[in-house]
Amino acid sequence: MKIVIEGKAHLFGNKIDTDQIYPGKYVELTDKKEIASHCMEGIRSGFINELIGDDIIVAGKNFGCGSSREHAVITIKEAGIKAIVAESFARIFFRNAINLGLPVITCKNILGKLKEGDDLQINLAAGKIYNKKTKEYYIGEGFPQHIMTILKHGGIKNYFIKGK
Amino acid sequence: MHPIEKILAKAANKGRVYPGEIVNCKVDLVEINDLYLQVIDSFYEMNGSKVWDPDKVVFVFDHYAPAPTEKSAFNQNQMRKFVSNQSIKHLFEINEGVCHQVMPEAGLVYPGMILVATDSHTTTHGAFGAFGTGVGATDAATILLTGNLWFKVPEIIKIEINGELKKGVMAKDIILHILGQLGSEGAVYQAIEFTGETIKELSIDSRMVLCNMAVEIGAKTAYIHPDRKTIKYLEAMGVNISEIDMPQRDKGYVYRKEYKFNISNLEPQIASPHSVDSVSDIKNIEPKKVDQVYIGSCTGGRLEDIEAVYRVLKGRKVKKGTRCIIIPASNKVYLQAIKKGYVESLIESGITFSAPGCGACMGIHQGVICEDEVCVTTTNRNFPGRMGSTKGDVYLVSPITAATCALTGYITDPREEEFIK
Repeated sequence: MKIVIEGKAHLFGNKIDTDQIYPGKYVELTDKKEIASHCMEGIRSGFINELIGDDIIVAGKNFGCGSSREHAVITIKEAGIKAIVAESFARIFFRNAINLGLPVITCKNILGKLKEGDDLQINLAAGKIYNKKTKEYYIGEGFPQHIMTILKHGGIKNYFIKGK
Repeated sequence: MHPIEKILAKAANKGRVYPGEIVNCKVDLVEINDLYLQVIDSFYEMNGSKVWDPDKVVFVFDHYAPAPTEKSAFNQNQMRKFVSNQSIKHLFEINEGVCHQVMPEAGLVYPGMILVATDSHTTTHGAFGAFGTGVGATDAATILLTGNLWFKVPEIIKIEINGELKKGVMAKDIILHILGQLGSEGAVYQAIEFTGETIKELSIDSRMVLCNMAVEIGAKTAYIHPDRKTIKYLEAMGVNISEIDMPQRDKGYVYRKEYKFNISNLEPQIASPHSVDSVSDIKNIEPKKVDQVYIGSCTGGRLEDIEAVYRVLKGRKVKKGTRCIIIPASNKVYLQAIKKGYVESLIESGITFSAPGCGACMGIHQGVICEDEVCVTTTNRNFPGRMGSTKGDVYLVSPITAATCALTGYITDPREEEFIK
Protein backbone atom coordinates (compact mmCIF):
# COMPACT_ATOMS: atom_id res chain seq x y z
CA MET A 1 0.00 0.00 0.00
CA LYS A 2 1.26 3.44 -0.85
CA ILE A 3 1.84 5.69 2.13
CA VAL A 4 1.56 8.85 -0.01
CA ILE A 5 -1.52 9.26 -2.20
CA GLU A 6 -2.03 12.01 -4.75
CA GLY A 7 -5.14 13.01 -6.61
CA LYS A 8 -7.73 15.50 -7.77
CA ALA A 9 -10.43 16.33 -5.22
CA HIS A 10 -14.05 15.54 -6.08
CA LEU A 11 -16.34 17.17 -3.53
CA PHE A 12 -19.55 15.78 -2.08
CA GLY A 13 -21.78 17.03 0.74
CA ASN A 14 -23.04 15.65 4.05
CA LYS A 15 -24.92 12.40 4.68
CA ILE A 16 -23.97 10.78 1.36
CA ASP A 17 -25.57 7.42 1.97
CA THR A 18 -25.00 4.06 0.31
CA ASP A 19 -28.15 4.38 -1.84
CA GLN A 20 -26.57 7.45 -3.44
CA ILE A 21 -23.09 5.93 -3.70
CA TYR A 22 -24.47 2.72 -5.23
CA PRO A 23 -28.25 2.41 -5.90
CA GLY A 24 -30.10 -0.66 -4.63
CA LYS A 25 -31.16 -1.81 -8.09
CA TYR A 26 -27.51 -2.66 -8.90
CA VAL A 27 -26.72 -4.64 -5.74
CA GLU A 28 -27.26 -7.99 -7.53
CA LEU A 29 -24.21 -7.27 -9.76
CA THR A 30 -20.96 -9.05 -8.97
CA ASP A 31 -18.66 -8.10 -11.88
CA LYS A 32 -16.23 -5.44 -10.62
CA LYS A 33 -16.20 -3.42 -13.86
CA GLU A 34 -20.00 -3.31 -13.95
CA ILE A 35 -20.10 -2.27 -10.30
CA ALA A 36 -17.56 0.51 -10.98
CA SER A 37 -19.67 1.93 -13.82
CA HIS A 38 -22.43 2.95 -11.37
CA CYS A 39 -20.16 4.82 -8.94
CA MET A 40 -22.00 7.67 -7.14
CA GLU A 41 -24.83 7.32 -9.67
CA GLY A 42 -27.49 8.08 -7.08
CA ILE A 43 -26.15 11.58 -6.58
CA ARG A 44 -23.99 12.43 -9.59
CA SER A 45 -24.91 10.52 -12.70
CA GLY A 46 -21.91 10.06 -15.04
CA PHE A 47 -19.43 10.68 -12.23
CA ILE A 48 -17.23 7.89 -13.57
CA ASN A 49 -16.58 10.04 -16.66
CA GLU A 50 -15.23 12.90 -14.52
CA LEU A 51 -12.38 10.79 -13.15
CA ILE A 52 -8.84 11.46 -14.37
CA GLY A 53 -7.09 8.37 -12.98
CA ASP A 54 -5.73 9.96 -9.80
CA ASP A 55 -8.80 10.90 -7.85
CA ILE A 56 -9.77 11.50 -4.24
CA ILE A 57 -13.31 11.89 -2.91
CA VAL A 58 -13.71 14.61 -0.30
CA ALA A 59 -16.98 14.65 1.59
CA GLY A 60 -18.79 16.00 4.62
CA LYS A 61 -20.31 14.25 7.60
CA ASN A 62 -21.46 10.65 7.91
CA PHE A 63 -20.16 9.52 4.51
CA GLY A 64 -21.40 6.04 3.65
CA CYS A 65 -24.32 5.99 6.09
CA GLY A 66 -27.21 3.62 5.44
CA SER A 67 -26.89 0.08 4.20
CA SER A 68 -24.03 -2.36 4.84
CA ARG A 69 -23.58 -2.98 1.10
CA GLU A 70 -19.90 -3.56 0.38
CA HIS A 71 -20.66 -2.55 -3.22
CA ALA A 72 -20.47 1.06 -2.02
CA VAL A 73 -16.74 0.58 -1.38
CA ILE A 74 -16.17 -1.75 -4.34
CA THR A 75 -17.63 0.77 -6.77
CA ILE A 76 -15.39 3.58 -5.49
CA LYS A 77 -12.27 1.42 -5.41
CA GLU A 78 -12.83 -0.20 -8.81
CA ALA A 79 -13.56 3.21 -10.36
CA GLY A 80 -9.93 3.93 -9.49
CA ILE A 81 -10.47 6.40 -6.65
CA LYS A 82 -7.38 6.30 -4.45
CA ALA A 83 -8.78 7.47 -1.12
CA ILE A 84 -11.73 9.14 0.60
CA VAL A 85 -11.35 12.06 2.98
CA ALA A 86 -14.48 12.90 4.93
CA GLU A 87 -15.45 14.89 7.99
CA SER A 88 -16.81 11.66 9.43
CA PHE A 89 -17.63 8.14 8.23
CA ALA A 90 -20.45 5.77 9.02
CA ARG A 91 -19.25 2.71 10.88
CA ILE A 92 -20.01 -0.17 8.49
CA PHE A 93 -18.74 1.75 5.45
CA PHE A 94 -15.50 2.52 7.31
CA ARG A 95 -14.96 -1.16 8.14
CA ASN A 96 -15.73 -2.22 4.57
CA ALA A 97 -13.25 0.31 3.17
CA ILE A 98 -10.44 -0.86 5.47
CA ASN A 99 -11.21 -4.48 4.64
CA LEU A 100 -10.87 -3.76 0.95
CA GLY A 101 -7.74 -1.66 1.38
CA LEU A 102 -9.35 1.69 0.46
CA PRO A 103 -7.85 4.42 2.67
CA VAL A 104 -10.53 6.43 4.48
CA ILE A 105 -9.25 9.46 6.32
CA THR A 106 -11.31 11.44 8.81
CA CYS A 107 -10.64 15.17 8.72
CA LYS A 108 -12.92 17.54 10.61
CA ASN A 109 -14.28 20.60 8.80
CA ILE A 110 -12.39 19.90 5.58
CA LEU A 111 -15.27 20.59 3.19
CA GLY A 112 -15.21 24.33 3.61
CA LYS A 113 -11.45 24.52 3.15
CA LEU A 114 -10.96 23.40 -0.43
CA LYS A 115 -12.51 23.49 -3.88
CA GLU A 116 -13.56 20.95 -6.47
CA GLY A 117 -10.53 20.06 -8.57
CA ASP A 118 -7.85 20.97 -6.02
CA ASP A 119 -4.76 18.76 -6.16
CA LEU A 120 -4.22 16.88 -2.90
CA GLN A 121 -1.38 14.87 -1.42
CA ILE A 122 -2.22 12.58 1.49
CA ASN A 123 0.36 11.09 3.85
CA LEU A 124 -1.43 8.14 5.38
CA ALA A 125 1.11 7.43 8.09
CA ALA A 126 1.07 11.02 9.32
CA GLY A 127 -2.64 11.55 8.68
CA LYS A 128 -1.81 14.82 6.90
CA ILE A 129 -3.36 16.22 3.74
CA TYR A 130 -1.58 18.82 1.62
CA ASN A 131 -3.44 21.03 -0.85
CA LYS A 132 -0.96 21.71 -3.68
CA LYS A 133 -3.10 24.53 -5.02
CA THR A 134 -3.58 26.57 -1.85
CA LYS A 135 -0.41 25.26 -0.14
CA GLU A 136 -2.47 24.52 2.98
CA TYR A 137 -2.16 21.52 5.29
CA TYR A 138 -5.12 19.79 6.88
CA ILE A 139 -4.65 17.44 9.83
CA GLY A 140 -6.62 14.20 9.61
CA GLU A 141 -7.01 11.42 12.16
CA GLY A 142 -4.44 8.65 12.23
CA PHE A 143 -5.34 4.98 12.22
CA PRO A 144 -5.20 2.66 15.24
CA GLN A 145 -2.50 -0.01 14.95
CA HIS A 146 -4.73 -2.93 13.97
CA ILE A 147 -6.39 -0.93 11.20
CA MET A 148 -3.03 0.31 9.87
CA THR A 149 -1.86 -3.30 9.76
CA ILE A 150 -4.84 -4.31 7.59
CA LEU A 151 -4.37 -1.27 5.32
CA LYS A 152 -0.64 -1.95 4.92
CA HIS A 153 -1.49 -5.40 3.62
CA GLY A 154 -3.84 -3.81 1.12
CA GLY A 155 -6.92 -5.09 2.89
CA ILE A 156 -8.06 -8.03 4.98
CA LYS A 157 -7.98 -10.58 2.16
CA ASN A 158 -4.23 -10.17 1.69
CA TYR A 159 -3.82 -10.09 5.46
CA PHE A 160 -5.43 -13.54 5.64
CA ILE A 161 -3.66 -14.99 2.64
CA LYS A 162 -0.21 -13.84 3.68
CA GLY A 163 -0.80 -14.96 7.26
CA LYS A 164 -0.91 -12.76 10.33
CA MET B 1 -19.87 -3.23 33.30
CA HIS B 2 -22.97 -2.97 31.16
CA PRO B 3 -24.55 -6.17 29.73
CA ILE B 4 -23.23 -5.23 26.28
CA GLU B 5 -19.69 -5.04 27.68
CA LYS B 6 -20.21 -8.35 29.48
CA ILE B 7 -21.35 -9.98 26.23
CA LEU B 8 -18.22 -8.74 24.43
CA ALA B 9 -15.93 -9.66 27.33
CA LYS B 10 -17.26 -13.21 27.51
CA ALA B 11 -16.96 -13.65 23.73
CA ALA B 12 -13.41 -12.30 23.80
CA ASN B 13 -12.50 -14.48 26.76
CA LYS B 14 -11.63 -11.47 28.92
CA GLY B 15 -12.49 -10.62 32.49
CA ARG B 16 -13.54 -7.12 31.54
CA VAL B 17 -13.51 -4.71 28.61
CA TYR B 18 -13.36 -0.92 28.30
CA PRO B 19 -14.96 1.45 25.75
CA GLY B 20 -12.56 2.06 22.87
CA GLU B 21 -10.73 -1.22 23.39
CA ILE B 22 -10.38 -3.54 20.38
CA VAL B 23 -11.54 -7.07 21.17
CA ASN B 24 -11.64 -10.23 19.08
CA CYS B 25 -14.97 -11.97 19.71
CA LYS B 26 -16.42 -15.40 19.06
CA VAL B 27 -19.55 -14.98 16.97
CA ASP B 28 -22.57 -17.09 17.97
CA LEU B 29 -24.45 -16.74 14.71
CA VAL B 30 -23.65 -15.15 11.35
CA GLU B 31 -26.42 -14.45 8.86
CA ILE B 32 -25.92 -13.75 5.17
CA ASN B 33 -28.75 -12.55 2.94
CA ASP B 34 -29.22 -12.89 -0.79
CA LEU B 35 -27.72 -9.49 -1.59
CA TYR B 36 -24.19 -10.65 -0.99
CA LEU B 37 -22.77 -13.40 -3.17
CA GLN B 38 -19.61 -11.41 -2.44
CA VAL B 39 -19.42 -13.19 0.94
CA ILE B 40 -18.80 -16.50 -0.79
CA ASP B 41 -16.40 -14.93 -3.31
CA SER B 42 -14.39 -13.29 -0.50
CA PHE B 43 -14.39 -16.56 1.48
CA TYR B 44 -12.76 -18.41 -1.39
CA GLU B 45 -10.41 -15.50 -2.19
CA MET B 46 -9.09 -15.84 1.34
CA ASN B 47 -8.40 -19.54 0.70
CA GLY B 48 -11.45 -20.70 2.64
CA SER B 49 -12.51 -24.28 2.13
CA LYS B 50 -14.77 -25.31 5.02
CA VAL B 51 -16.74 -22.82 7.16
CA TRP B 52 -15.67 -22.85 10.82
CA ASP B 53 -19.05 -24.13 12.10
CA PRO B 54 -21.91 -24.83 9.66
CA ASP B 55 -24.44 -24.88 12.52
CA LYS B 56 -23.74 -21.22 13.28
CA VAL B 57 -24.34 -19.98 9.75
CA VAL B 58 -27.70 -18.78 8.40
CA PHE B 59 -28.58 -17.85 4.84
CA VAL B 60 -31.81 -15.93 4.22
CA PHE B 61 -33.32 -15.17 0.83
CA ASP B 62 -35.35 -12.07 1.61
CA HIS B 63 -34.30 -9.16 -0.56
CA TYR B 64 -35.07 -11.04 -3.79
CA ALA B 65 -38.06 -13.07 -2.62
CA PRO B 66 -38.78 -14.29 -5.20
CA ALA B 67 -35.96 -13.47 -7.65
CA PRO B 68 -37.00 -10.61 -9.98
CA THR B 69 -34.06 -10.95 -12.41
CA GLU B 70 -31.82 -13.63 -13.92
CA LYS B 71 -28.82 -12.30 -12.03
CA SER B 72 -30.52 -12.42 -8.63
CA ALA B 73 -31.78 -15.93 -9.42
CA PHE B 74 -28.22 -16.96 -10.28
CA ASN B 75 -26.89 -15.42 -7.04
CA GLN B 76 -29.42 -17.36 -4.99
CA ASN B 77 -28.55 -20.58 -6.80
CA GLN B 78 -24.87 -20.11 -6.04
CA MET B 79 -25.79 -19.63 -2.40
CA ARG B 80 -27.94 -22.79 -2.42
CA LYS B 81 -24.94 -24.75 -3.74
CA PHE B 82 -22.69 -23.28 -1.04
CA VAL B 83 -25.23 -24.13 1.69
CA SER B 84 -25.41 -27.70 0.41
CA ASN B 85 -21.64 -28.18 -0.05
CA GLN B 86 -20.90 -26.79 3.38
CA SER B 87 -23.80 -28.60 5.10
CA ILE B 88 -24.97 -25.29 6.47
CA LYS B 89 -27.78 -25.83 8.95
CA HIS B 90 -30.07 -22.89 8.27
CA LEU B 91 -31.39 -21.75 4.90
CA PHE B 92 -34.55 -19.65 4.85
CA GLU B 93 -35.89 -19.87 1.31
CA ILE B 94 -37.86 -17.30 -0.70
CA ASN B 95 -41.13 -18.17 1.01
CA GLU B 96 -40.06 -17.46 4.58
CA GLY B 97 -39.58 -13.73 5.04
CA VAL B 98 -37.21 -11.02 6.23
CA CYS B 99 -34.09 -12.14 8.11
CA HIS B 100 -34.78 -10.01 11.21
CA GLN B 101 -38.21 -11.61 11.61
CA VAL B 102 -37.52 -15.23 10.64
CA MET B 103 -34.48 -15.63 12.88
CA PRO B 104 -36.27 -14.77 16.16
CA GLU B 105 -39.31 -16.80 14.99
CA ALA B 106 -37.05 -19.83 14.54
CA GLY B 107 -35.73 -19.49 18.08
CA LEU B 108 -32.24 -18.55 16.85
CA VAL B 109 -31.99 -15.28 18.80
CA TYR B 110 -31.43 -15.16 22.55
CA PRO B 111 -30.11 -12.77 25.22
CA GLY B 112 -26.34 -12.51 25.54
CA MET B 113 -25.51 -13.79 22.07
CA ILE B 114 -23.39 -12.10 19.40
CA LEU B 115 -25.35 -12.06 16.16
CA VAL B 116 -23.65 -10.59 13.11
CA ALA B 117 -25.36 -10.21 9.74
CA THR B 118 -24.73 -8.66 6.34
CA ASP B 119 -27.54 -6.23 6.99
CA SER B 120 -27.46 -2.88 8.79
CA HIS B 121 -30.76 -3.50 10.63
CA THR B 122 -29.27 -6.35 12.66
CA THR B 123 -29.54 -3.95 15.60
CA THR B 124 -33.20 -5.16 15.75
CA HIS B 125 -32.13 -8.11 17.90
CA GLY B 126 -31.21 -5.81 20.76
CA ALA B 127 -34.91 -6.14 21.55
CA PHE B 128 -34.04 -9.65 22.81
CA GLY B 129 -30.94 -8.59 24.75
CA ALA B 130 -28.64 -9.84 21.98
CA PHE B 131 -25.60 -7.97 20.65
CA GLY B 132 -26.74 -7.61 17.03
CA THR B 133 -24.66 -5.70 14.52
CA GLY B 134 -24.38 -5.32 10.75
CA VAL B 135 -21.23 -5.82 8.68
CA GLY B 136 -20.18 -5.97 5.04
CA ALA B 137 -19.62 -9.07 2.91
CA THR B 138 -15.89 -9.45 3.53
CA ASP B 139 -16.24 -9.14 7.32
CA ALA B 140 -18.87 -11.90 7.10
CA ALA B 141 -16.43 -14.01 5.07
CA THR B 142 -13.78 -13.66 7.79
CA ILE B 143 -16.33 -14.94 10.29
CA LEU B 144 -17.02 -17.96 8.05
CA LEU B 145 -13.27 -18.61 8.05
CA THR B 146 -12.50 -18.11 11.73
CA GLY B 147 -15.72 -17.81 13.73
CA ASN B 148 -14.42 -14.52 15.15
CA LEU B 149 -14.71 -10.80 14.42
CA TRP B 150 -12.94 -7.77 15.90
CA PHE B 151 -15.00 -5.03 17.50
CA LYS B 152 -14.24 -1.71 19.10
CA VAL B 153 -16.06 -1.78 22.46
CA PRO B 154 -18.72 0.93 22.14
CA GLU B 155 -19.57 3.68 24.55
CA ILE B 156 -23.15 3.19 25.67
CA ILE B 157 -25.85 5.85 25.72
CA LYS B 158 -29.11 5.48 27.55
CA ILE B 159 -32.40 6.63 26.08
CA GLU B 160 -35.09 6.58 28.76
CA ILE B 161 -38.66 6.82 27.47
CA ASN B 162 -41.58 7.47 29.80
CA GLY B 163 -45.26 8.29 29.35
CA GLU B 164 -48.19 6.61 27.71
CA LEU B 165 -48.67 6.55 23.94
CA LYS B 166 -51.71 8.51 22.82
CA LYS B 167 -54.24 6.96 20.45
CA GLY B 168 -53.03 7.06 16.87
CA VAL B 169 -49.36 7.06 17.94
CA MET B 170 -47.09 4.01 17.66
CA ALA B 171 -43.52 2.91 18.43
CA LYS B 172 -42.43 4.13 14.97
CA ASP B 173 -43.44 7.66 15.97
CA ILE B 174 -41.29 7.38 19.10
CA ILE B 175 -38.17 6.37 17.20
CA LEU B 176 -38.75 8.93 14.44
CA HIS B 177 -39.05 11.64 17.09
CA ILE B 178 -35.82 10.48 18.76
CA LEU B 179 -34.08 10.40 15.36
CA GLY B 180 -35.23 13.93 14.68
CA GLN B 181 -33.82 15.10 18.01
CA LEU B 182 -30.50 13.22 17.98
CA GLY B 183 -29.84 13.30 14.23
CA SER B 184 -28.44 10.59 11.98
CA GLU B 185 -25.02 10.90 13.62
CA GLY B 186 -26.35 11.05 17.16
CA ALA B 187 -24.85 7.70 18.21
CA VAL B 188 -22.15 6.83 15.70
CA TYR B 189 -19.99 3.90 16.92
CA GLN B 190 -22.03 3.84 20.13
CA ALA B 191 -24.58 1.43 21.55
CA ILE B 192 -28.05 2.60 22.54
CA GLU B 193 -29.93 1.14 25.47
CA PHE B 194 -33.67 1.88 25.45
CA THR B 195 -35.24 1.86 28.88
CA GLY B 196 -38.11 3.45 30.83
CA GLU B 197 -41.78 2.91 31.67
CA THR B 198 -42.90 3.12 28.05
CA ILE B 199 -40.56 0.31 27.04
CA LYS B 200 -42.08 -1.98 29.67
CA GLU B 201 -45.52 -1.43 28.16
CA LEU B 202 -44.45 -1.90 24.53
CA SER B 203 -45.00 -5.24 22.79
CA ILE B 204 -42.01 -7.17 21.48
CA ASP B 205 -42.98 -6.13 17.94
CA SER B 206 -42.83 -2.48 19.01
CA ARG B 207 -39.53 -2.90 20.85
CA MET B 208 -38.09 -4.37 17.64
CA VAL B 209 -39.04 -1.17 15.79
CA LEU B 210 -37.00 0.97 18.21
CA CYS B 211 -33.92 -1.28 18.04
CA ASN B 212 -34.27 -1.64 14.26
CA MET B 213 -34.02 2.09 13.63
CA ALA B 214 -31.23 2.64 16.15
CA VAL B 215 -28.84 2.12 13.22
CA GLU B 216 -30.30 5.21 11.56
CA ILE B 217 -28.98 7.23 14.52
CA GLY B 218 -25.57 5.74 13.63
CA ALA B 219 -25.52 3.14 16.41
CA LYS B 220 -23.42 -0.01 16.30
CA THR B 221 -25.98 -1.96 18.33
CA ALA B 222 -29.12 -1.49 20.42
CA TYR B 223 -30.27 -3.06 23.68
CA ILE B 224 -33.43 -3.52 25.70
CA HIS B 225 -32.94 -5.47 28.89
CA PRO B 226 -34.95 -8.74 28.71
CA ASP B 227 -37.98 -8.91 30.97
CA ARG B 228 -40.90 -11.35 31.42
CA LYS B 229 -42.40 -10.28 28.11
CA THR B 230 -39.13 -11.07 26.29
CA ILE B 231 -38.81 -14.43 27.98
CA LYS B 232 -42.42 -15.37 27.19
CA TYR B 233 -41.90 -14.46 23.51
CA LEU B 234 -38.60 -16.36 23.28
CA GLU B 235 -40.01 -19.45 24.97
CA ALA B 236 -42.92 -19.43 22.52
CA MET B 237 -40.30 -19.45 19.73
CA GLY B 238 -38.63 -22.51 21.22
CA VAL B 239 -35.70 -20.92 23.04
CA ASN B 240 -34.69 -22.83 26.17
CA ILE B 241 -34.34 -19.84 28.49
CA SER B 242 -33.15 -21.87 31.48
CA GLU B 243 -29.91 -22.63 29.60
CA ILE B 244 -29.19 -18.98 28.90
CA ASP B 245 -26.92 -16.77 30.89
CA MET B 246 -28.45 -13.28 30.92
CA PRO B 247 -25.91 -10.61 31.82
CA GLN B 248 -27.04 -7.90 34.26
CA ARG B 249 -25.92 -4.30 34.54
CA ASP B 250 -23.47 -3.75 37.40
CA LYS B 251 -24.52 -1.35 40.12
CA GLY B 252 -22.79 1.97 39.67
CA TYR B 253 -22.35 1.62 35.89
CA VAL B 254 -22.15 5.06 34.29
CA TYR B 255 -23.47 5.65 30.77
CA ARG B 256 -21.57 7.88 28.37
CA LYS B 257 -24.68 10.02 27.96
CA GLU B 258 -28.31 9.86 29.05
CA TYR B 259 -31.38 11.19 27.27
CA LYS B 260 -34.91 11.35 28.67
CA PHE B 261 -38.04 11.51 26.55
CA ASN B 262 -41.61 11.81 27.74
CA ILE B 263 -43.92 10.71 24.95
CA SER B 264 -47.28 11.45 26.61
CA ASN B 265 -47.89 14.30 24.22
CA LEU B 266 -46.12 12.82 21.21
CA GLU B 267 -48.03 13.37 17.99
CA PRO B 268 -47.79 11.28 14.81
CA GLN B 269 -44.42 11.87 13.15
CA ILE B 270 -43.13 11.89 9.61
CA ALA B 271 -39.61 11.81 8.15
CA SER B 272 -39.56 13.88 4.97
CA PRO B 273 -37.31 13.36 1.96
CA HIS B 274 -34.41 12.92 1.67
CA SER B 275 -33.08 12.20 5.14
CA VAL B 276 -34.19 9.92 7.98
CA ASP B 277 -33.70 12.70 10.51
CA SER B 278 -35.87 15.31 8.71
CA VAL B 279 -38.60 14.57 11.22
CA SER B 280 -41.59 16.72 12.14
CA ASP B 281 -45.16 16.46 13.37
CA ILE B 282 -47.36 15.42 10.45
CA LYS B 283 -49.67 18.36 11.10
CA ASN B 284 -46.82 20.70 10.20
CA ILE B 285 -46.14 19.40 6.72
CA GLU B 286 -47.85 19.97 3.41
CA PRO B 287 -50.64 17.41 2.81
CA LYS B 288 -49.26 16.17 -0.50
CA LYS B 289 -51.09 13.71 -2.69
CA VAL B 290 -49.81 10.17 -2.13
CA ASP B 291 -49.23 7.84 -5.09
CA GLN B 292 -48.19 4.77 -3.13
CA VAL B 293 -48.49 3.57 0.46
CA TYR B 294 -46.16 0.76 1.46
CA ILE B 295 -46.49 -1.32 4.61
CA GLY B 296 -43.77 -3.86 5.23
CA SER B 297 -40.06 -4.56 5.96
CA CYS B 298 -38.19 -5.45 9.12
CA THR B 299 -39.32 -2.06 10.46
CA GLY B 300 -43.04 -2.14 9.81
CA GLY B 301 -44.35 -5.47 8.45
CA ARG B 302 -45.26 -7.37 11.61
CA LEU B 303 -48.65 -8.62 12.80
CA GLU B 304 -49.14 -5.56 15.02
CA ASP B 305 -48.52 -3.33 11.97
CA ILE B 306 -50.89 -5.23 9.67
CA GLU B 307 -53.51 -5.22 12.44
CA ALA B 308 -53.19 -1.43 12.72
CA VAL B 309 -53.78 -1.05 8.98
CA TYR B 310 -56.73 -3.48 9.11
CA ARG B 311 -58.42 -1.44 11.85
CA VAL B 312 -58.12 1.76 9.82
CA LEU B 313 -59.32 0.27 6.54
CA LYS B 314 -61.95 -2.20 7.79
CA GLY B 315 -65.12 -1.75 5.77
CA ARG B 316 -63.50 1.08 3.79
CA LYS B 317 -61.62 1.35 0.51
CA VAL B 318 -58.16 2.58 -0.39
CA LYS B 319 -58.57 5.95 -2.16
CA LYS B 320 -58.79 5.68 -5.92
CA GLY B 321 -55.52 6.91 -7.44
CA THR B 322 -53.46 5.70 -4.47
CA ARG B 323 -51.85 2.26 -4.46
CA CYS B 324 -51.43 0.44 -1.15
CA ILE B 325 -49.07 -2.51 -0.84
CA ILE B 326 -48.62 -4.77 2.18
CA ILE B 327 -45.71 -7.18 2.38
CA PRO B 328 -45.75 -9.21 5.62
CA ALA B 329 -42.37 -9.56 7.31
CA SER B 330 -42.68 -13.36 7.32
CA ASN B 331 -44.97 -16.15 6.15
CA LYS B 332 -45.76 -16.86 9.82
CA VAL B 333 -46.97 -13.26 10.17
CA TYR B 334 -48.89 -13.65 6.90
CA LEU B 335 -50.62 -16.81 8.15
CA GLN B 336 -51.56 -15.20 11.45
CA ALA B 337 -53.00 -12.21 9.57
CA ILE B 338 -54.98 -14.58 7.33
CA LYS B 339 -56.36 -16.54 10.29
CA LYS B 340 -57.48 -13.34 12.01
CA GLY B 341 -59.34 -12.26 8.88
CA TYR B 342 -57.11 -9.21 8.28
CA VAL B 343 -55.96 -10.28 4.82
CA GLU B 344 -59.43 -10.92 3.42
CA SER B 345 -60.72 -7.60 4.73
CA LEU B 346 -57.65 -5.72 3.45
CA ILE B 347 -57.89 -7.28 -0.02
CA GLU B 348 -61.50 -6.16 -0.12
CA SER B 349 -60.32 -2.68 0.81
CA GLY B 350 -58.06 -2.67 -2.26
CA ILE B 351 -54.69 -3.71 -0.82
CA THR B 352 -52.03 -5.39 -2.97
CA PHE B 353 -50.41 -8.20 -1.00
CA SER B 354 -47.04 -9.56 -2.05
CA ALA B 355 -44.68 -12.37 -0.98
CA PRO B 356 -43.07 -12.01 2.48
CA GLY B 357 -39.65 -10.41 2.19
CA CYS B 358 -37.95 -7.04 1.97
CA GLY B 359 -39.96 -6.08 -1.08
CA ALA B 360 -39.72 -2.48 -2.21
CA CYS B 361 -37.83 -1.17 0.83
CA MET B 362 -34.59 -1.06 -1.17
CA GLY B 363 -36.15 -0.16 -4.52
CA ILE B 364 -35.52 -3.55 -6.06
CA HIS B 365 -39.04 -4.86 -6.79
CA GLN B 366 -42.65 -5.25 -5.54
CA GLY B 367 -43.52 -1.56 -5.52
CA VAL B 368 -40.76 0.58 -7.03
CA ILE B 369 -41.62 4.28 -7.58
CA CYS B 370 -40.86 6.51 -10.53
CA GLU B 371 -39.98 10.19 -10.95
CA ASP B 372 -42.33 12.64 -9.20
CA GLU B 373 -44.13 9.93 -7.25
CA VAL B 374 -44.78 10.28 -3.52
CA CYS B 375 -44.55 7.14 -1.40
CA VAL B 376 -45.52 6.96 2.27
CA THR B 377 -43.98 3.93 3.92
CA THR B 378 -43.43 2.05 7.17
CA THR B 379 -39.86 1.19 6.12
CA ASN B 380 -36.61 2.67 7.41
CA ARG B 381 -34.86 4.92 4.87
CA ASN B 382 -35.82 7.73 2.52
CA PHE B 383 -32.54 8.72 0.86
CA PRO B 384 -32.74 9.78 -2.82
CA GLY B 385 -33.47 6.72 -4.96
CA ARG B 386 -34.15 4.48 -2.00
CA MET B 387 -37.39 3.08 -3.42
CA GLY B 388 -36.73 3.70 -7.11
CA SER B 389 -36.26 7.03 -8.88
CA THR B 390 -33.92 9.57 -7.26
CA LYS B 391 -36.63 12.07 -8.20
CA GLY B 392 -39.29 10.25 -6.19
CA ASP B 393 -40.17 11.31 -2.65
CA VAL B 394 -40.25 8.82 0.23
CA TYR B 395 -41.83 9.68 3.59
CA LEU B 396 -41.38 7.45 6.65
CA VAL B 397 -44.34 6.97 8.98
CA SER B 398 -46.05 4.55 11.36
CA PRO B 399 -48.48 1.88 10.10
CA ILE B 400 -51.54 3.78 11.40
CA THR B 401 -50.41 6.88 9.54
CA ALA B 402 -49.65 4.89 6.39
CA ALA B 403 -53.13 3.34 6.45
CA THR B 404 -54.73 6.76 6.95
CA CYS B 405 -52.87 8.11 3.92
CA ALA B 406 -54.14 5.14 1.89
CA LEU B 407 -57.68 6.02 2.96
CA THR B 408 -57.54 9.73 2.13
CA GLY B 409 -55.00 9.67 -0.70
CA TYR B 410 -53.03 12.47 0.98
CA ILE B 411 -50.43 12.79 3.72
CA THR B 412 -52.80 12.82 6.69
CA ASP B 413 -52.47 12.97 10.44
CA PRO B 414 -54.32 9.80 11.57
CA ARG B 415 -55.97 11.69 14.43
CA GLU B 416 -58.02 13.64 11.89
CA GLU B 417 -59.94 10.55 11.02
CA GLU B 418 -63.07 9.61 12.92
CA PHE B 419 -62.01 6.14 13.87
CA ILE B 420 -59.30 7.61 16.05
CA LYS B 421 -61.68 9.97 17.81
